[in-house]
Amino acid sequence: MTASKPGLGFDEPLIFEYSESSNRGVELPETDVPLSSNPLAGSSLLRESTGLPNLSEPEVVRHFTRLSQWNYSLDGGFYPLGSCTMKYNPKFHETAAAIEGFASAHPYAPPGCNQGIKSLLFELEQDLAEISGMDAVSLHPAAGSHGEMLGLMLIRAYHQDRGDTKRTKVLIPDSAHGTNPSSAAICNFQAVTLESGDNGLIDLAILDQMMDDTVAGIMITNPNTCGLFETQIVEVCELVHQRGGLVYFDGANMNALVGVSRPGDMGADVLHFNTHKTFSTPHGGGGPGAGPVGVKACLAPYLPTPILRNQDGKIVLDHSPEKSIGQIRSFYGNIGVLIRAWAYIKTLGAEGLRGMTEGAVTNANYLLALLKDDFDVPFADQRAMHEVLLTDKKQLDESHISTMDLAKGLIEEGFHPPTIYFPLVVAGAMLIEPTETESKETLDLFANTLIELSKRDAESLHKLPSSVPVGRVDEVLAARQPVLRATQTKSN
Amino acid sequence: MEVRAELLYTEEHEWILIEGNTATLGITDFAQNKLGDVVFVELPEEGTIIDANEVVGNIESVKAVSEIYFPLAGEVIAVNKDLEEEPELINSVPFDNGWITKVRIETADLDDASLMNDEAYKAFCASE
Amino acid sequence: MRYFPNDQAANQAMLDKIGVESVSELFTSIPESIQLDQALSISEPRSEYALLKELKKKASSYPTEHASFLGGGVYRRFIPSAVGALASRGEFLTAYTPYQPEISQGSLQAMFEFQSLLALLSGMEVANASMYEAASGVAEAVMMASRIRPKAKKVLVSAGLHPEYFEVLKTYLIPGNLELIKVPLLGSGQTDLKALEGLLDADALCSVLQVINFFGVIEDQEQHQALLSGTKTLNIAVLSDLSALGLLKGPGDFGADIFVGEAQSLGLPQSYGGPNLGVFACKQAYMRKMPGRLVGLSEDAQGKRAFCLTLSTREQHIRREKATSNICSNQAHCALWVTIYLSLLGEQGIRELAQLNMGLADYAIKQITGQTGIELRYSGQVYNEFVLDLPCNATLWLDKLLQEGLLAGVNLSRFNSEDEGGLLVCVTETNTKEEIDLLVSKLKELK
Repeated sequence: MTASKPGLGFDEPLIFEYSESSNRGVELPETDVPLSSNPLAGSSLLRESTGLPNLSEPEVVRHFTRLSQWNYSLDGGFYPLGSCTMKYNPKFHETAAAIEGFASAHPYAPPGCNQGIKSLLFELEQDLAEISGMDAVSLHPAAGSHGEMLGLMLIRAYHQDRGDTKRTKVLIPDSAHGTNPSSAAICNFQAVTLESGDNGLIDLAILDQMMDDTVAGIMITNPNTCGLFETQIVEVCELVHQRGGLVYFDGANMNALVGVSRPGDMGADVLHFNTHKTFSTPHGGGGPGAGPVGVKACLAPYLPTPILRNQDGKIVLDHSPEKSIGQIRSFYGNIGVLIRAWAYIKTLGAEGLRGMTEGAVTNANYLLALLKDDFDVPFADQRAMHEVLLTDKKQLDESHISTMDLAKGLIEEGFHPPTIYFPLVVAGAMLIEPTETESKETLDLFANTLIELSKRDAESLHKLPSSVPVGRVDEVLAARQPVLRATQTKSN
Repeated sequence: MEVRAELLYTEEHEWILIEGNTATLGITDFAQNKLGDVVFVELPEEGTIIDANEVVGNIESVKAVSEIYFPLAGEVIAVNKDLEEEPELINSVPFDNGWITKVRIETADLDDASLMNDEAYKAFCASE
Repeated sequence: MRYFPNDQAANQAMLDKIGVESVSELFTSIPESIQLDQALSISEPRSEYALLKELKKKASSYPTEHASFLGGGVYRRFIPSAVGALASRGEFLTAYTPYQPEISQGSLQAMFEFQSLLALLSGMEVANASMYEAASGVAEAVMMASRIRPKAKKVLVSAGLHPEYFEVLKTYLIPGNLELIKVPLLGSGQTDLKALEGLLDADALCSVLQVINFFGVIEDQEQHQALLSGTKTLNIAVLSDLSALGLLKGPGDFGADIFVGEAQSLGLPQSYGGPNLGVFACKQAYMRKMPGRLVGLSEDAQGKRAFCLTLSTREQHIRREKATSNICSNQAHCALWVTIYLSLLGEQGIRELAQLNMGLADYAIKQITGQTGIELRYSGQVYNEFVLDLPCNATLWLDKLLQEGLLAGVNLSRFNSEDEGGLLVCVTETNTKEEIDLLVSKLKELK
């Protein structure tokens, strides 16, 4: 193994590449118990070794500290990622989740022990119901797509309960996030694509043709993934309802709506939130998030068990609601994440939440104002909400610069790129969502950088990024010859 | 873009070589160029009976998946095992060693299947 | 508001540039009929100080200083301070999913190390970068089995599977047409493998076995695999307390096709049951059918080693309705946490950890059976959990003990209302001799 390079080098060995040693990084609790010999001694169940590497504590600390230094992170810079709502993650939330009575709480302790955390979760349910205009909330789903699956299962249960077994399809706009059709498929629904109109919105005439008694419901994101508010949302929901279907609302873009408009009032029957988007819970490199689901009364009987109820001032877990679909996970939710969401909502209050939305929409429109003269804006005649959709059409035509080139150029200039090549409804998409926690200065710098990059020579952009720890990674090699672990030999 | 005169083509950008009642299928130069670097090919199993226009496998690049449709009914009699180790053959030699599968067909079905000749296929590509 | 960096002046300047008088003009695409005309009915903004006070008050309902013998899928583990210190670094905590590998090598390398560590421990060939938790992981494993063998419809599940995992599996299977069949336990607490044998036919898709089952009993994986080899039925192994793998061979060594584990047991806080960490691993041959993110090894243009997400064509953002799962966000940060924990533990540490757990539980059992007259329900060998048959109503007794400083175990009437005296006791490295002796003395009082 090579010694880690001093200073800010970027060449960190794997933990398996440290020299063989009998180091240890943990001293386990000592015990007075006279430990007898292993009851399994001599059994073929015992293994000889695990193959785990042996590192001392300072070596582990240095290893992971150095790894962390390779990462771009929100604490370190702007993530203009459309659809992701990368907003500041408050540090107070870390303190909140780590409070011992929460961190050490076992879910199977006698009921009185967890009264505190249950009351917190109950309050969160109520606040989320108020924010979304729904009648009941479940905090169980571990992520947005888990919430989508739950929502679709609830829709399915609703129709089955009414004896309506013909409804095997779900309508999904072509601009939808990939989790929408895959969640539908998991619930054994046929995902039927609803073509957007030329204005990027749902076309009522097309919906009219496709919405019939074989359709269980529609999945809508509003504002949609082009950053546009579905101006006919009320009519869309009414049409779906008239024909016996239900409306699933993907709440990924709630950052444009909180305190201003509510999915429940638009006609949604069920929605999911992404706490790691709208409610600032940290992304952690890909999770954990949480995907609470809100429902109108018609779907409440089917919510997953157990359900939090207020019984004379005490919050209890009801394990046997009659028509519940059952459980979609063990225990009650990604509690540590939900504590953070509670803290965020309580910190901001009604006034702060509205300010959050206003700031998000102001920042996005400001960016649009800065960029619209230099970039193609596909739906320029409509108001952008909390995110801005641009394409590389102008740059491709004039100088053969693509969205990918601009993205790699942004990395070179110290920015994480925006969401690229999504949504699929336009070619060369760049979806930019600043959120309310970015300053005007940052937005000015970002816009200037993007404009400057778009005026460079295409060839020069193809070599980028060059000043980062690793250059363009060979993803073809990774997929052709997958190596998914450090050692291919098995331990015994 | 290479197009070969002796082959027939489908609208899914596949080529077919008819030899007696054996049809060999691969994807065209146009298709491999659009797909990008092929990283994996899911081949059908030998002996599988297929209907016309059934999905018999798929081709993966890093960022996309393309389904392989066989335009005629028949029985899969051979698959190109080289593609397991070298999926990139589809990019480098799509018409030769990049063939995907051989199927025993009924030659009578050829009339019904809407297969294009090389001229028609060139025109089809130009219009895409 | 301290999280918003644009003050009045900055906001005004932005509105001017946009070309509107006030922010309300930015919402004109929302029909008036659905715009709120009053504030949400949510509390006023509150200070960090006040909220922290309230949170501490809420948290105080949990008796953190009580001696605890609670287990049953969530485990009390000693967590070294270095874990939290490293994991809480903003570069890890606030990083996005590593879709841009050039600027996420930290997260990617850590995930690759996670995959490697869990593959080693479980004896499996390939592990993914995490699922939500074990229960939904079991459901995804069965769905994966169904992709491998689409024609087989019967899912055989040991009655030793954690009851919550079973409930979740049941729910996930509702939309499909797979049939769930429970295989009963013997008096020893192990799965009745003869009964399983009777169920093996061409329609048996998979056999799900929790290898140290919910009641603490170690299952006979060798015999289980022997029954399945020669059939096409897939072997799905499940394990909740992964510390056992410090001593025991992993399911991969017994031929498991798919393995699902609960890695909360590897150093995550209990946190009232979440977020947890699903481990999902399988044979190399099935790699392209597995759900979840995978990190792979590669290099950059200069030939420098680099990591990236790979085999993404399985996933929802590319395959959409044909994806192997709909999972997008997973439990990445929890996986990082566990990677750090395992790095600190090392070969010696995990072996010692397992020995401590097993040894302390063994001591507890000997004291209980020797001194109290209370019987173990099952005769099979256990790891660190066991079931006692109390001569009284467990609920009432546990409430009494709560007042006396003891969380004596999991009340099994939670899962079966008729089981009024069943108590699942879990002993870990966090239990002192004093605590175990206290439990024994309280149990003595019952007879």
